[in-house]
Amino acid sequence: MSLKTFSLKKSIWVYHLSAGSCNNCDIEILDCLTPRFDLERFGICLVGSVRHADVILATGIVNRKCLPRVKRIYEQMPEPKLVVAVGACACSGGIFAKGYNIAGPFDKVIPVSAYIPGCPPKPEAIIDGVVKLIQSLDGRLSASSRVVR
Amino acid sequence: MMKEISLALLSFLIFPGLLFTAVVGLLAGWVDRKLTARIQWRVGPPWYQNFIDFLKLMGKETILPAGAHRLTFLMAPIIGLVGITLVSLILWQMSLHPTRSFLGDLIVVLYLSILPSLAIIIGGSASANPLASLGASREMKLLLAYELPFIIAIFTPVVVIKDIRIGSIITYQMENGMMFTHHLSSLIALIVAFVCMQAKLGLTPFDIPEAEQEIMAGPLIEYSGPPLALFKLTKAMMLFALPVFLITVFAGGMRFDGVQVILSIVKYLVVLILIVLVKNTNPRLRIDQALKFFWLWMFPLAIVGFILALVGI
Ligand code: SF4
Repeated sequence: MSLKTFSLKKSIWVYHLSAGSCNNCDIEILDCLTPRFDLERFGICLVGSVRHADVILATGIVNRKCLPRVKRIYEQMPEPKLVVAVGACACSGGIFAKGYNIAGPFDKVIPVSAYIPGCPPKPEAIIDGVVKLIQSLDGRLSASSRVVR
Repeated sequence: MMKEISLALLSFLIFPGLLFTAVVGLLAGWVDRKLTARIQWRVGPPWYQNFIDFLKLMGKETILPAGAHRLTFLMAPIIGLVGITLVSLILWQMSLHPTRSFLGDLIVVLYLSILPSLAIIIGGSASANPLASLGASREMKLLLAYELPFIIAIFTPVVVIKDIRIGSIITYQMENGMMFTHHLSSLIALIVAFVCMQAKLGLTPFDIPEAEQEIMAGPLIEYSGPPLALFKLTKAMMLFALPVFLITVFAGGMRFDGVQVILSIVKYLVVLILIVLVKNTNPRLRIDQALKFFWLWMFPLAIVGFILALVGI
């Protein structure tokens, strides 16, 4: 394990990308940072700019309006970069899967490294997903090469 | 000649310059994060968190935004880092050997301590991003607001002892006790300088330029990888160097004889904890409120302290 991977595993900065969610998943993500779950003890913190981030926490279905922005934001992110799809919508389309304006789910648009299902997933589930993603980092750092379910 | 140059390089790069200040600064940054976490009833990150963050940022890609001025964009973090390293270097040299002080070193330190803020302004303006330039302009306004009271406050002890060397301020305090406990003027100046330092460090209630929730890290929004790491390091080093500056001028300086070592560390920790407490118990001001606060309240207060010093109190 290289120094780069080691430090990335201990210090993950996440950027929260909401692409047409019902807002419930976003609230659960914020829950993870509250005193009860306190993700900062693992070095995980929320950043405001995608240029600072290592992981995109993506929620929502990616509607047609969002599509170019989602791609652009992914391209603006510095390597090594990972995407975690949070919620049933982001993983598969969820209850909106048959919608007329859906362009996603996320893995159709950008490479996704981990899926956290649930509508919305519990904070415990989100933490579990991120932990599994961290464990899978040992191999390679390419976003598309690893899929954790 | 060769020996002197290598000695100077050594003291710039290792002790008491870059490496020493960086390590202590990153640890101070951890104290900040941990205390904040404890205040919010959380557990908080482990002690090595800031080192890991720095290491990780060093390993990431550097993106040059389209339309940015390349050289200025990349130089800005280095300017800030060099500035704060020199501040720390001069302060520690004076604390270790007060006799080596040269005329006007106080002014040099004051000027160099502006460099990190200037670097943020330069970097923000060079990155061709509307939010970054908004943050840079806010930083500029804030600089105009706090710099005047800060300079007046720092000069108050100079008026009291009638000498403008850091070395003589330290030796004066060695003989006559701490500045702020013996002179009312210095106590007032210390309060003003403390508030200005909060703004200089860019911490709440004066984190207006970097307001994460409204303009997403402001001037730093386009920075990624190593340049961002340097900015974070500069911030951490300021958290160490500026309190040391205030302690040097107002509270007897950092000293290394016998029990004074422990006292110096305690003094630094008290200032650091005060900074963190102020940061965690105040909401962010708007830029106009901050300007009003500094010009209508801190500036007259600093003037009062200065006049008291002229009278000799
Ligand atoms: S998964 Fe459920 S909670 Fe999350 S955005 Fe979709 S509908 Fe809302």
